Amino acid sequence: MQSLDMLSLYLTFPFVQYALLTGVVIALASSLLGVTLVTRRMSFISDSLSHMAFLSATVAGVLKLAGASMLLTLPVTAICTLLMLHSDRRNGHSDARLAMISVSSLAIGYLVINLFSGSGNVAGDVCTTLFGSTSILTLKSQDVTLCCVLSAIVVLFFILCENHIFAMTFDETFCRATGVKAGLYNVLLAVVIATMISLSMELVGALLTSALIIFPALTAMRVFRSFRGVIICSVICSVLCAVLGILISILASTPVGSTIVAAQVTGYLLFSLIGRLRR
Amino acid sequence: MPLLTCSDLKIGYGSRVIADRISFTLEQGDYLCIVGENGCGKSTLLRTIAHLQPALGGSMSMNKETDGQVGYLSQQQTGRNHFPATCREIVLSGFLNKRGWLPFYTKSQKKEALRNMEKLDALPLSKKSFSRLSGGQQQRVLLARALCASGKMLLLDEPVTGLDAGTTAEMYRLIDKLNKEEKLTILMVSHDMKAALSAATHVL
Repeated sequence: MQSLDMLSLYLTFPFVQYALLTGVVIALASSLLGVTLVTRRMSFISDSLSHMAFLSATVAGVLKLAGASMLLTLPVTAICTLLMLHSDRRNGHSDARLAMISVSSLAIGYLVINLFSGSGNVAGDVCTTLFGSTSILTLKSQDVTLCCVLSAIVVLFFILCENHIFAMTFDETFCRATGVKAGLYNVLLAVVIATMISLSMELVGALLTSALIIFPALTAMRVFRSFRGVIICSVICSVLCAVLGILISILASTPVGSTIVAAQVTGYLLFSLIGRLRR
Repeated sequence: MPLLTCSDLKIGYGSRVIADRISFTLEQGDYLCIVGENGCGKSTLLRTIAHLQPALGGSMSMNKETDGQVGYLSQQQTGRNHFPATCREIVLSGFLNKRGWLPFYTKSQKKEALRNMEKLDALPLSKKSFSRLSGGQQQRVLLARALCASGKMLLLDEPVTGLDAGTTAEMYRLIDKLNKEEKLTILMVSHDMKAALSAATHVL
């Protein structure tokens, strides 16, 4: 009972409300993206991209673009996404290439921060960028609005283009052969992915960004066999895990990002079990 | 009026020409079989016709009504083993080229998808997961999808590779049926001379 009282007390604070809202909205949008990335066998792309976004965020920080770092992060990430979507089709080394990009951008980003950063607390800065340790609890109302608007766009894009997404993910060659504008669609998808990743990078950190994209889709694929089923299930899972994670982290005062990921791991194990029992 | 005319077509990758001086025309209801050894450019020709790669020279013109009404079925592919999709979803995705940027599929398209599956004896599979089907069943489902995409012409790239003798015969029977009953123009690449000669109206 005591913890419930504490919870209802906390829920009256605006910063807790903001965190919950943002968490839910980002979880929703990124789980949608996750389904296409995972089924395209490109889960790792989200990880590399968030590291890429980390690099451009640090560069933006050094260039004193504070507050406007999205202006740099977004285009850079979009271009990278497009390149990666392309290289994936062309050759078989994309796995190694992604790992290379991921590691090197992380390293260079850290180097940049170390060499040029004005603030004394370098370790703290890096930690915040990677894990979003506190930033989700320090959101301003304009962040929340921006986040809601962008997520709404992502969701709308998915509802309207669900068939395109399915067909392109399943068999791009067939789509091209039958005269679907595959190139245009790929650009659109890259922009949406980049927007989502650089946004959630800013708000919840690189670690949580990849987790929010990869976990829900994989969890849903354990049980559901149809594409639509997987989409719906992964959205529900993702939102549920985000809410649970945030609430638990408030009550137990644990780091938000790690708690959400822990909730997702639990969910994944649960669904694996269900999937195995049903077989 | 021919559906497809190729004259002096030159095909290949980049600067490497694989085959040139290819000329033929296809009429409605034709069944053209392209046979030849590995690496002589059969699949490349098909990919060029399907606009998957540019022609290096010569000309290729498609009837206006046929353009965008072409179904394509490639060699059996692996690597989709974990893709979550029911067969119905896959067959429906064949209609995408007719929707343009419009969202959702219409009711009549959903009905037609089921009809196309029925034609290919694939109706019982419609709710099943694609990744759990056998190779022959998968090819039938993909053929149904190609049928949804095309009203006029099917491009088949060695559709029976990797299938056993019984399933192969079944596949050829279905393709033959589509050609005879639906008056579909068929352009098939194959290295199986005997089967090709028995069914096709033209051989290249």
